[in-house]
Amino acid sequence: MGNMKLTLKIWRQNGPKAKGELNTYPVNDVSEDMSFLEMLDVLNDDLVRKGEEPIAFDHDCREGICGSCSLFINGEAHGPGRMITTCQLHMRKFKDGDTIHVEPWRAEAFPVIKDLAVDRGAFDRIQAAGGFVSVNTSGNLVDGNAVPIPKADADTAFDAATCIGCGACVATCTNSSAMLFVAAKVSQFALLPQGKPEAKRRVLAMVEQMDKEGFGNCSNTGACEVECPKGISLEHIARMNREYLAASVTKE
Amino acid sequence: MTKLDSKIPEGPLERKWTDHKGHIRIVAPANKRRIDVIVVGTGLAGASAAASLAELGYNVKAFCFQDSARRAHSIAAQGGINAAKNYQNDGDSTFRLFYDTVKGGDYRAREANVYRLAEVSANIIDQCVAQGVPFARDYGGLLDNRSFGGVQVSRTFYARGQTGQQLLLGAYSALMRQVGKGTVKMYDRHEMLDVVVVDGKARGIIARNLITGEIERHGAHAVLLCTGGYGNVFFLSTNAMGSNVTAAWKAHKRGAYMANPCYTQIHPTCIPVSGTHQSKLTLMSESLRNDGRIWVPKSLEDAQAIREGKKKGSDIKEEDRDYYLERRYPAFGNLVPRDVASRAAKERCDAGYGVNKTGEAVYLDFGAAIQRYGKLQANILHIENPTPEQIKELGTAVVSEKYGNLFDMYENIVGENPYLHAMKIYPAVHYTMGGLWVDYNLQTTVPGLFALGEANFSDHGANRLGASALMQGLADGYFVIPYTVGDYLADDIRTGPIDTKSAAFDEAEKAVTERIDHFLNNKGTKPVDDFHRRLGKVMWDKCGMARNAQGLQEAIAEIRQIREEFWKDVRVPGKANEFNQELEKAGRVADFLELGELMCIDALDRNESCGGHFREESQELDGPQKGEAKRDDVNYAYVAAWEWLGEAGKAALHKEELTFDVVKLTQRSYK
Amino acid sequence: MALTGLFLCIFLIAHLAGNLQLLDMSPGGQLKFNAYAKFMTTFPLVKAVSYLLYASILFHAFDGLLLAMQNRKARPIKYAYEKANASSKWFSRQMALLGTLVLVFIVIHMKQFWYEMHWGPLGMDADGNKDLYTLVAFSFTQLWYVVLYVIMMGVLAFHLMHGFASAFQSLGLNHPRYMPIIKNVGVFFAVIVPIFFALIPVWMFINA
Repeated sequence: MGNMKLTLKIWRQNGPKAKGELNTYPVNDVSEDMSFLEMLDVLNDDLVRKGEEPIAFDHDCREGICGSCSLFINGEAHGPGRMITTCQLHMRKFKDGDTIHVEPWRAEAFPVIKDLAVDRGAFDRIQAAGGFVSVNTSGNLVDGNAVPIPKADADTAFDAATCIGCGACVATCTNSSAMLFVAAKVSQFALLPQGKPEAKRRVLAMVEQMDKEGFGNCSNTGACEVECPKGISLEHIARMNREYLAASVTKE
Repeated sequence: MTKLDSKIPEGPLERKWTDHKGHIRIVAPANKRRIDVIVVGTGLAGASAAASLAELGYNVKAFCFQDSARRAHSIAAQGGINAAKNYQNDGDSTFRLFYDTVKGGDYRAREANVYRLAEVSANIIDQCVAQGVPFARDYGGLLDNRSFGGVQVSRTFYARGQTGQQLLLGAYSALMRQVGKGTVKMYDRHEMLDVVVVDGKARGIIARNLITGEIERHGAHAVLLCTGGYGNVFFLSTNAMGSNVTAAWKAHKRGAYMANPCYTQIHPTCIPVSGTHQSKLTLMSESLRNDGRIWVPKSLEDAQAIREGKKKGSDIKEEDRDYYLERRYPAFGNLVPRDVASRAAKERCDAGYGVNKTGEAVYLDFGAAIQRYGKLQANILHIENPTPEQIKELGTAVVSEKYGNLFDMYENIVGENPYLHAMKIYPAVHYTMGGLWVDYNLQTTVPGLFALGEANFSDHGANRLGASALMQGLADGYFVIPYTVGDYLADDIRTGPIDTKSAAFDEAEKAVTERIDHFLNNKGTKPVDDFHRRLGKVMWDKCGMARNAQGLQEAIAEIRQIREEFWKDVRVPGKANEFNQELEKAGRVADFLELGELMCIDALDRNESCGGHFREESQELDGPQKGEAKRDDVNYAYVAAWEWLGEAGKAALHKEELTFDVVKLTQRSYK
Repeated sequence: MALTGLFLCIFLIAHLAGNLQLLDMSPGGQLKFNAYAKFMTTFPLVKAVSYLLYASILFHAFDGLLLAMQNRKARPIKYAYEKANASSKWFSRQMALLGTLVLVFIVIHMKQFWYEMHWGPLGMDADGNKDLYTLVAFSFTQLWYVVLYVIMMGVLAFHLMHGFASAFQSLGLNHPRYMPIIKNVGVFFAVIVPIFFALIPVWMFINA
């Protein structure tokens, strides 16, 4: 392992209404074993010691599952590399002397809170609009095995359900569309018998909320699927489109 | 001194919960509307509790420090969730799950609580299926199970390696449904910084809005802490970066007893530390031990050569390898329980046989598995006289099929191909069995203050079985608290809204504000992480897998020293009224610095080896078990509940004696 | 967008089939083409479909414009550094631009032929039909006009390259088994149709 010297160009923005700009930070002694966020930790440590404000960024589990981390690194959501989140991006993907651009997710629906941290509350509101099965807690539900579910359906539903809600799909979409996120949830429930009774209401309500939040429209560029750290397929968007069309045509 | 009353119902074990539910008081629907409940934390326990209570009609306020309720660290659980469904007809039952849990916890859990957990476990699966959780299914469309953590039955339900994620998203969707209805008011990016106790009852919290920095008062008739474990006291753990003890610790300082704080689970198969920059450790599923063989070199010279990079694992000949688990525990081999495997790895590395730069790693080798599967596959495909290359290729394909995602994860982090080079692993802090003391109703020693999930101490004793954490979190939230909280709240139907302008709220808010001001005006020189890292090292070295009295006493002195320096020399930049992540960290580390000392005090008191903890003074001195952990049921069959006495390091011990009416205490043996 | 888009794709096939008659540059070909043109502008069913076509073009254009405007609003601050080609094709992202160019072309094209056919001063051929053929043949003796056509067919090709398969996706017609087929048919369609359209002016220019 060698020690790398890098130049970071990082978006700094003091608050939601402040004007932001890219600032340049040189970092030395970057080990290739570091994760990208650990590299930022080292930079922040240094900034604090120098009496400067550290860079704000969202992160939590650091193992690619919580969906907190969210950086647009060198022009790509979660940086170079596929099927990984920023916390799973390691510095061995970069070379000594590289210049790395780091920006927050850019979307009207994801306003910047500070520096690289954005507000993804829109996703929660979409979920609250219909991303659930209306079943109360009960000790008297039917047995889990009462309704067999074809393995293929259960597996495809799982594939959709692996969405971590990070927002990379929105960030990478040229239109800032949230279709992949919404479709993953709609598709999961549409595939399962438990989700069927509310399928129509769900897709209409979630899409309506999505539009209200100010996300752009899906033009099927396919970028979301490529950058999605969980590899969620465009098929789910097609399934949602089917569900939506059917629901719109037959709604009362 | 308060006498600890665990409020375990009378009657035979299997009737206790049913009878209790039938007799405790409930709140009528019209009255529930007049009652406010605060739920702190939105992991499995918190999200399920908040959703269930809102469905019942209570007004719920839910808090989480993350930017969304969906990000709580329950999401990272991989393996699965146990439930006594006996779908596989392999002899499982409520009793067997109960028995395995008590035994696995090394007889340091309450029988009644564990039995209830086993009892409601089956309901959890039904509930989650109804919510649309996509569990793994077989080709007949029925739920699939696997055997997990060395138990003898297949009772673990799973969703590939992301069971925690799927269960949490199920609970989160139930929560968001209530948020949509307006029955739950969600406060994300809010951190609870104190519990407010009014006339001896928990009546609200002080929370900081992490975006604006505003200090808020929230009143309620009951407060539920579902705030997870405190593994991050070790700095490096598999917990999320934000996981913290603050909520539980504030509750402790307001009168809630902390039970068995030294009970920590150390998971044997984690990716080793690579350097000082490391911020967290990554766990790899325990299932790897089903096929991987764990070893270190037999000679110190080889080990040193490997550490210096002069040799590779593959250079060490078969006869020069020490498969120490197979050697020490021939009956269980690589499949010994988590605590045994972890301790054995530490023992070898401490003796100088570690195989990475830091000297803290052992090999987990799939070479033999690749050979075995390769030959088997060649037979299946009727390949006569397969070449070694063919065998390797076929075997690699089988291993990749079974563990591909884990191997990919390893390669991504370590940068080395685990199909070609043996993986390196080392134990890491993973879960804390200790937590706030609660009675059978999950109420702490502060009336109206409840603790659920990993935040309480109740069900796992001194060692948690694999796939039981998810079960407990959801059991508490879905099926226990909705009943037991009613019994408490039945007194509050005429109380009316809680006045947040009272003196108790004033005092709590003032304390919170003063502490924040102290941090920001301190003008020290070192960042928070400096102190956290030092604390973690002390805890890991002296209060980790193996402890002794001398080390613990040293640790207590060292922690005091670090704490003193911390308050003098910590530097927290920025302002109070803004998004300030260093300030958040400072508050959490300040609490870890107090908790760490209590953990050492607790460990010092417990002069026995039990569950995940090896007390060096308490080991078998001779016979076939020589050198193994020795539990002391005569002197230590109690829950150690610690009462805060006004300053860090001062705590009064209250003992809740554990009685075992059903289970017979035996020595665990894996020889 | 998807429905009108696919309808316009079908129209392209019909339009191309008719126009390929122009490749026959004999006097007989001229009469046949003019007869065909008369049929297309007078037969009631065709006329009815043509109104649907005009409506589709307008809807496709306006809806596209509206969506593009919404999409711009959805990202008020652009990235300073973006590697968009890493995850999608440039023509997929530039559908609005490509579409606008196609629209401009359609206006020019319709002014040149459709308007003249309906309201322009056209001569009559030997059969007494309006002599659209001669107008076309004359137009394509001008080099700049031929070049414009060829370039615009390139633009159309890229528009179709994304649009064809995208329409199926938008309608939810995505299946792991059939999607590769749809995509391949889309590429084939996007290449072949514009090539044949472009062939006509080039052929007429060369053989003038």
